[in-house]
Amino acid sequence: MASTFETVAGIISETADIPREQITPESHAIEDLGIDSLAFLDIAFAIDKAFGIKLPLEQWTQEVNEGKAPAEEYFVLKNLVARIDALVAAKQA
Amino acid sequence: MRLEYFEMIDQVTSLDRETKRIEVSSVVPQESPVFEGHFPGHPLVPGVLLTETMAQASGYLVLGLMGFTHMPFLMGVDKARFRTFVGPGTVLTVTASLEHEGSGYAVTKARITAEGKPICDAELRFRIMPFPEGMDGLMRAQAKRIGLLEENV
Repeated sequence: MASTFETVAGIISETADIPREQITPESHAIEDLGIDSLAFLDIAFAIDKAFGIKLPLEQWTQEVNEGKAPAEEYFVLKNLVARIDALVAAKQA
Repeated sequence: MRLEYFEMIDQVTSLDRETKRIEVSSVVPQESPVFEGHFPGHPLVPGVLLTETMAQASGYLVLGLMGFTHMPFLMGVDKARFRTFVGPGTVLTVTASLEHEGSGYAVTKARITAEGKPICDAELRFRIMPFPEGMDGLMRAQAKRIGLLEENV
C-alpha cells in the first residue's frame, strides 16, 4: 500500500502535470511547485476522494491570510501529509 | 430558454435535499440569433451552451442546498460528452447531483436528456465564494423566476 506521501505526490504530479521526481516532502506546493489556487482545489478534490476526508482549505486559507499560521504549515508537503494522516485518523477514531 | 441572455433554465421540477439532486426543464426556442451562426441552415444548440445549461442546473442545486449563502462559480468541466444533436423546440430535462462538497468547492455530475434519450453529460466543479455585493438578491429573484421557491431554499 502506497504511503500517504506517495499518494499525494502522485495526485499532484498527475493533476498539475509536474514531473514526479520534482516533488519531495520538502516541496512547498505554491512556492516550489507553482501550484495556483484553482489547481490546488483540483488536488484537494483528488485528496478528499482518495482518503475519504474533507481538507479544511477555507479554514487554512483564512488562518494564513490573517497571519495566524505560516503557509508552510499547510502547503509544505510533509506538513500537508501529516495533516491528511491526522484527518484520516480522526475519521477512523 | 433565452440562449442569447444565458437564461438556460425554464423551470425547476424538483430539488431533493436528501439525495442532493435537482431536476429542471427547458425548451429550446424555435428561433435565436445563436442559430444564425450555429449553423447556417442547420440550427443546433452549441455544446458550450449545453454545458452552460448543466452548469446552471448544478449551480441552482448548490445554491439551494447551501441556502443561498454563497455563490458557485464554474471552475472546471470534466468528462463532457455530447451524444446527440439538439435542435429548435427540443424539450430538455436536466438533472444534477452533488458528487462532493469540499471546503470552498463543490463537484456535481449533470446530464441532459430529451424524451429519455441522453443528450450530454459532464462532471462540473465549482468554486464556492461569498456573493459579490448585491448579487445574492438578484440570484434569489432568478431562482424564484424558475420556481426555486423561497421555502425550498
